[in-house]
Amino acid sequence: MTGVSIVGAAETTEMGKVPGVSQVQHHADAALNALADCGLTLKDIDGIATAGHDPTEISHYLGLTPEWVDGTSVGGCSFIVHVRHAVAAIKAGLCKTVLITHGESGRHQIGKHPALFPLQFLQQFELPYGVTTPPTRFTIPVLRMMKETGLTEEHLAQVAVVQREWAAFHPRASFRDPITVDDVLNSRMIAYPFRLLMCCLMTDGGGALILTSTDRAKDFPTKPVHVIGTGESVEAPLISQMEDFTSSRAFRISGRRAFQEAGIAHADVDHLMIYDAFAHLPIYGLEDLGFVGRGEAGPFIAEGHTRPGGKLPMNTNGGGLSYMHSGMYGMYALQEGVRQIRGTSPAQVADAKISVVHGVGGMFHAAGTVILTNQD
Amino acid sequence: MTDRPIPKPTPETQHFWDGTRQGKLLLQRCNETGKAYFPPRPFCPETGSRNVSVFEASGRATLYSYVINHMKAPGFEPPYAIAVVELEEGPRMMANIVDCPQTPEALQLDMALEVTFETLTDEITLPQFKPAGDIQ
Repeated sequence: MTGVSIVGAAETTEMGKVPGVSQVQHHADAALNALADCGLTLKDIDGIATAGHDPTEISHYLGLTPEWVDGTSVGGCSFIVHVRHAVAAIKAGLCKTVLITHGESGRHQIGKHPALFPLQFLQQFELPYGVTTPPTRFTIPVLRMMKETGLTEEHLAQVAVVQREWAAFHPRASFRDPITVDDVLNSRMIAYPFRLLMCCLMTDGGGALILTSTDRAKDFPTKPVHVIGTGESVEAPLISQMEDFTSSRAFRISGRRAFQEAGIAHADVDHLMIYDAFAHLPIYGLEDLGFVGRGEAGPFIAEGHTRPGGKLPMNTNGGGLSYMHSGMYGMYALQEGVRQIRGTSPAQVADAKISVVHGVGGMFHAAGTVILTNQD
Repeated sequence: MTDRPIPKPTPETQHFWDGTRQGKLLLQRCNETGKAYFPPRPFCPETGSRNVSVFEASGRATLYSYVINHMKAPGFEPPYAIAVVELEEGPRMMANIVDCPQTPEALQLDMALEVTFETLTDEITLPQFKPAGDIQ
């Protein structure tokens, strides 16, 4: 136990195609929903963390007077990293109640903050080669992974198929209609070997979390979600400089730290979220977090172990491929982890006690991991 | 080619871009360990030593991984490969694979490549790679 719990959690009122809401509004809407969720007011918040946006603007827009601020912005896993930082801050007595917000007008780009992204070497050594959007960069390691481990295009397609099965449970998911491996493999080629249905959505929305000490958490109306393990790391700002194209160093370090801190074994995990901007990420995640051996993740998913009824339910909201992806998806993975541990997910895993939420930042640039439980 | 991103050299990379303009692929190595590294910086990222030197790479490489982009991109005609090559000296870098069909059949991982240079402007020449000739 870290001694810190999540007491408030909510997504924005609207998600998906939201043409009438700016980026800061998404942050604020999610924050107000999370406050309502746990019966707090803005006056109760003395710590703020956000990413992809300067925390000053979010804090002032919400009328906060924080005594602790974290603007760590290492891509879509930043909010998972914020949970780790908030745990440390609350334990150290730097603040009592932390609000973590995410909001992004990913589809409509309304009031979008300029990207906080490592650029100096990207500008000189990658952009000149025709890399544009994430599908042209994030995907580059996978052919090496396929050659070295036997991963196939069918395995990648299966990731999308299984996650669509989970999305069907969620009224708020962007895509809910079943798809087949053939559908995925016949969808439009984006960047060989990646096809459209192996790539994430681009939508608008946000989410927020509220954390406080576990001692205080029992006084809240919601079932507390205890944070029992956390990890974080960063690797390289350029995909070309990733150490090993078949494994993310940041994933391995972040995951190992989180499991060590939680003192749990992989067999104890009831529910798993692995940030899936693209279909290869759950493959890397399952192997780098140690759930399966090298080269085993593709067959593991294809055999049905992560689908509804499987032994390791994964990405039960449908993930970035089917549920929601505003650009920095990590917050939605956290929200589903919290719902599962509270027992309130539309795709509820029976008797879920331990959830692992793992996120990637940038294009394998960074990673964050948190482990959640409802057990005292 | 008008909208294509053109590298903007920074102080620690200027020598690299001066080199490509002269048809040389320049790397750096740590004088303590002898190990080559990339991208350029005035110290070894492994040891932290500032005792480093610039040297000309052989230009030989192998194809490490790639995608074939089918989406529009300024200055490029899709589909085109965006690759990462592994230099003979160890470091990896991004490149396009030129003088070669942009197909999975033609682009085999670990195939031998050699450096070639693409002039973008008077100031900037980009290192690129093409299938190696018979003489290795």
